[in-house]
Amino acid sequence: MRRLISLVFVLFGMTVITFTLSHVVPADPAAAAAGLNAGALEINTIRERMGLDRPLYQQYVLYMEGLILRGDLGRSIASNLPVQDDLVRYLPASLELAVFTILLYLPTGLVLGVLSARAAGGVVDAATRGLAILGLSVPVFWLGLIAQLVFYGWLGVLPATGRIGSTFGPPPEVTGFFTVDALLAGNVAAFADALRHLILPGVVLALGNLTVVTRMTRSSVLEVLSQDFVRTARAKGLRERTVITRHVLRNAMLPIVTVIALQMAALIAWQFLVETIFSWPGIGSWAVNSIMTLDFNAVMAVTLFGSVLYVALNFLADVSYLLFDPRIRY
Amino acid sequence: MITGRLGTHTPVGMTRAAFSAQAWYRSTRRIRGNVGAMVGIALLLVVLGMAVFADIIAPYPSTAQDLGHALQPPSLAHWFGTDTVGRDIFSRVVAGSRISLQIVILVLGVALTIGGALGSLAGYYGGLVDEIVMRVADVFFAFPHFLLAMAVVAALGPGLQNAMIAIAVAYWPRYARLIRASILKARAEPYIEAARSVGCLDRRIIVRHLMPNSVAPVLVQATMDAGIAILTTASLSFVGLGAVPPTPEWGAMVAGGRNYILTAWWIPTFPGILISIAVAGFMFLGDGLRDLLDPTLRGRVGF
Repeated sequence: MRRLISLVFVLFGMTVITFTLSHVVPADPAAAAAGLNAGALEINTIRERMGLDRPLYQQYVLYMEGLILRGDLGRSIASNLPVQDDLVRYLPASLELAVFTILLYLPTGLVLGVLSARAAGGVVDAATRGLAILGLSVPVFWLGLIAQLVFYGWLGVLPATGRIGSTFGPPPEVTGFFTVDALLAGNVAAFADALRHLILPGVVLALGNLTVVTRMTRSSVLEVLSQDFVRTARAKGLRERTVITRHVLRNAMLPIVTVIALQMAALIAWQFLVETIFSWPGIGSWAVNSIMTLDFNAVMAVTLFGSVLYVALNFLADVSYLLFDPRIRY
Repeated sequence: MITGRLGTHTPVGMTRAAFSAQAWYRSTRRIRGNVGAMVGIALLLVVLGMAVFADIIAPYPSTAQDLGHALQPPSLAHWFGTDTVGRDIFSRVVAGSRISLQIVILVLGVALTIGGALGSLAGYYGGLVDEIVMRVADVFFAFPHFLLAMAVVAALGPGLQNAMIAIAVAYWPRYARLIRASILKARAEPYIEAARSVGCLDRRIIVRHLMPNSVAPVLVQATMDAGIAILTTASLSFVGLGAVPPTPEWGAMVAGGRNYILTAWWIPTFPGILISIAVAGFMFLGDGLRDLLDPTLRGRVGF
């Protein structure tokens, strides 16, 4: 309960911060919206219509009223559509990439983590530690460029940008996931093409995350491995595989889940960069474009969306402790 | 002081120089035994060396254009090739090391000052001050730091300096938390009561007694954050919010070469490698320092 109250406070604080930030932009958004040829009178009309002439706290109250009562995030200056519509439009592309990335790194990271825990102290273990640090140090936008150079430029085996080849075009929309939609439409060739477009951005995004999950799994598995009940389980004559999956992993899951939730913050940031490089038409590319065009409602919406998502994931991680550890009660 | 004399007693038949060499050897043995820390130090020496001797190493001025020699692949005259307007990439990469060190100093300086001041106040006074400071920190902490930094630069306007300020804004809460936590722990120690009983002022107790005792965790965090600060600045530059051309900031150089990746791969490749070296240097060092400074974590918490 105390956690829920602090959650509400944090979310409220976030809206204050993002609102303040997006409204102290030095450039004049009304002038930007009016266009280059607009006179002072037109700009003033637009300013009044956008409510920009009122004091900042009044604008904030108006904004919150719209947000809470109608789910209204304001209007995008660039597209002149409600921002939430744009958000919904760009969301599936980002989600598809994110889901694909998680499917790539999560199982692999868990397996590699268990393996390096069992080889702890050896050369392999030291090497994964080094690689993990390296994985966090290499800039993801640079890695993306190099991947494009090698797999598109030199080898020519994978497409460098976009979600699907122009010969196919977007499949009929059901879920907004091109891979799923293509399958639903029964178009296997389009599915394969959409999947091929996912590979480079997906793998580039997955690499950094993979190293973190591997290291974290390793250390929490190590900790559990040294405990008495593991020895008991082994003494009972259980197979090593059963010991690991039923006894060790279940207990090691808690810290792993926390780290994965925290890792989402990095994933969101990396996704922005990777979407930009691979011209992936998701929320990240949209955000970067919005900043360039001073579209402050859009900027605020994205910042708020990403942050709320992050807070929610952390909250879920806390709650999921209940599933993994019956001893914990809130 | 008697203990001091005993401690530095020179063994018979040993020169003073030999003795101090041995003392140095002893006191650095632990850090030299840590492979990770040594790798980090080696990588950082590369960057530091470039920054210090930039004027000697760099064969050309970092912003000198030479359109006749644009888009040259790496060669003996231009080790890392030249960019679209004929600037020597090696010279620009070398110049970029100075910018990266500036980033580290400014970001950590601002974040540590704000976080240190607020964290000490919260930890020392407790009560309402603590509650207010930490709840505000919670809110900042809840943002993914890249998003927050991005929003802050967007508000301040693009530019290298604004990017650095934005990152510091995103970083201060973790220092506030770290310092508050260690002060809470240290506050209960007898030596604080002793200091108070001899009439020390609050400010003196905070600055002279509490702060030095929270150095270890802060040092580890700051070393790692130094790396992340370089990475985040480069990322902000890459999306056009940080340094702008012709500033030889590594992220901006990668961004500038982005559209030439297929035709002139060397433009974005080399600055990217330097980013990796600098960031990895700080990360390895931070990881090693944690092992050394906090024995309870050694070998258990890998990351």
